[in-house]
Amino acid sequence: MIYFDKVCKIYSNSVALEDVTFTVLPGEFISIVGHSGAGKTTLLKMILAEDCPTSGNVYFDSVDIHKVSKGKLPLLRRRIGSVFQDFRLLPNKTAYENIAFTMEASGRPDDEIKSDIPHVLELVGLGGKLANFPHELSGGERQRLAIARAIINQPDLLIADEPTGNLDPINTAEIIEIFKKINQIGTTVILTTHNKKVIDSLGRRVITLDQGRVVRDDKEGKYAL
Amino acid sequence: MVWINIKRILKLGFVNFWRNGLVSVASVFAMTITLFAIGSIYLGTNFLNSALSEVKNKVDISIAFKLDAPEDQIVALQKDLTLLPEVKEVVYSSKDQELTAFRARHQDNAVLIGSLDEVGNPFGARLNIRAVDPTQYEKIARFIGTKNDPSTGGGNIIDQVSYKKDVVDKMADLINTSQRVGWAVALVLALLSIFAVFNTISLAIYTSREEISVMRLVGAGNPYVKGPFMIEGVIAGVIASLLALILLYPSVLWVRDTTVGVYGGINLVSFYFSNFGIILVLLLGSGILLGLLASYWAVRRYAKI
Repeated sequence: MIYFDKVCKIYSNSVALEDVTFTVLPGEFISIVGHSGAGKTTLLKMILAEDCPTSGNVYFDSVDIHKVSKGKLPLLRRRIGSVFQDFRLLPNKTAYENIAFTMEASGRPDDEIKSDIPHVLELVGLGGKLANFPHELSGGERQRLAIARAIINQPDLLIADEPTGNLDPINTAEIIEIFKKINQIGTTVILTTHNKKVIDSLGRRVITLDQGRVVRDDKEGKYAL
Repeated sequence: MVWINIKRILKLGFVNFWRNGLVSVASVFAMTITLFAIGSIYLGTNFLNSALSEVKNKVDISIAFKLDAPEDQIVALQKDLTLLPEVKEVVYSSKDQELTAFRARHQDNAVLIGSLDEVGNPFGARLNIRAVDPTQYEKIARFIGTKNDPSTGGGNIIDQVSYKKDVVDKMADLINTSQRVGWAVALVLALLSIFAVFNTISLAIYTSREEISVMRLVGAGNPYVKGPFMIEGVIAGVIASLLALILLYPSVLWVRDTTVGVYGGINLVSFYFSNFGIILVLLLGSGILLGLLASYWAVRRYAKI
């Protein structure tokens, strides 16, 4: 589904990614671990076409992501749901509107928007928070809202960049449970994290980055830093 | 599908305009000033033009005849002049009529009237000529010159020919200049307001950078990200043009009240109402254009995430 082919990324003087090659199969749940600055976020930015590689290619279902025209990029991004450590919600929109915006942008009809949003908010445990603005929600609730937004368009791939970085252990465990459920229904999940407990409890494939290079790729990996 | 998208972009534009509060007010304010200037200049131009034509209508060539000029020669000249295609009207005023008119004009001046009684009638007869077009006065004046020249068979009966061409020319020049200056001022104001609106909308976009990047990440296309900002510009333009239209009314009242003594014939207030549609379209069109231009530039510059 995702294929990194000898990807390098150099920012002015520092090397963020160096000769990174790996493949993600459909339905996989992959964790990417590494110290701060190891290149985890850069790697995810490549998949979202937020950044271009200096050399090498990144493919999404055999399409070179960085050769997709600007006009067609939104179509590609609609197939990817993304969740971030800082949530990146729209502050001036309620929980309902935050999700509705994503659906509207992808051209979903009004009746579908009305029926799906309460359902997905229920799914992430935010059933009664439809009319709340992000600043009225706790950290854990905001991240659930971000996940709800990420999965509303039933993406093929879910990217989560340090999604539990700002959360307490209970919320962390609950969020990871939600990711597992999403993966169970067939969505591919790529997760970056610092959290040893999370990685060890998952028991799934782990790619370890160090100074921009892939140093380990274990099928049922543990946190090894 | 397209209609749903347009509806959603419109809705987002309205919601953003409302939620942006002060920034929206600032844009409207900047645009109102420019649109008011454009409206004032449009009204001013028409006001000056009608004032000019009013004055042109009052201008004529006046021939003062010598005291001893025989009336039959004067009447003959009047006939000749009437036959000219450039001449609209020739009015004969006899010596006695001139005296009566003078007495009427100066009836309050006892000294003048008293001295008139002593010297008798000092006025010669007059012909007042009105041309079809004020630019033809010179031609008519030349014709009169040949009629008065004994060497070309003229009667040498004319004392003086006066026509107020200089006044008209000066006034036309003045009006032309003031119109040019007016439009230049409007242009400068328009540029300033585009800049001001550009800045306020840039500010809105700058504060929404994070939001725009999120929109892009969830797969919103260009029309979805940029459209609402353009709509905001248009809304600001429409509100500003309506405000400018309302503000013009008291200004028009003021101009009418202060100039009624000078130009009795022109009523700017009735001009405002009879041309309300044109003024509305002019201001609305300029407002929408200003708003669109300013937001287009701002969006191009700041919404590139």
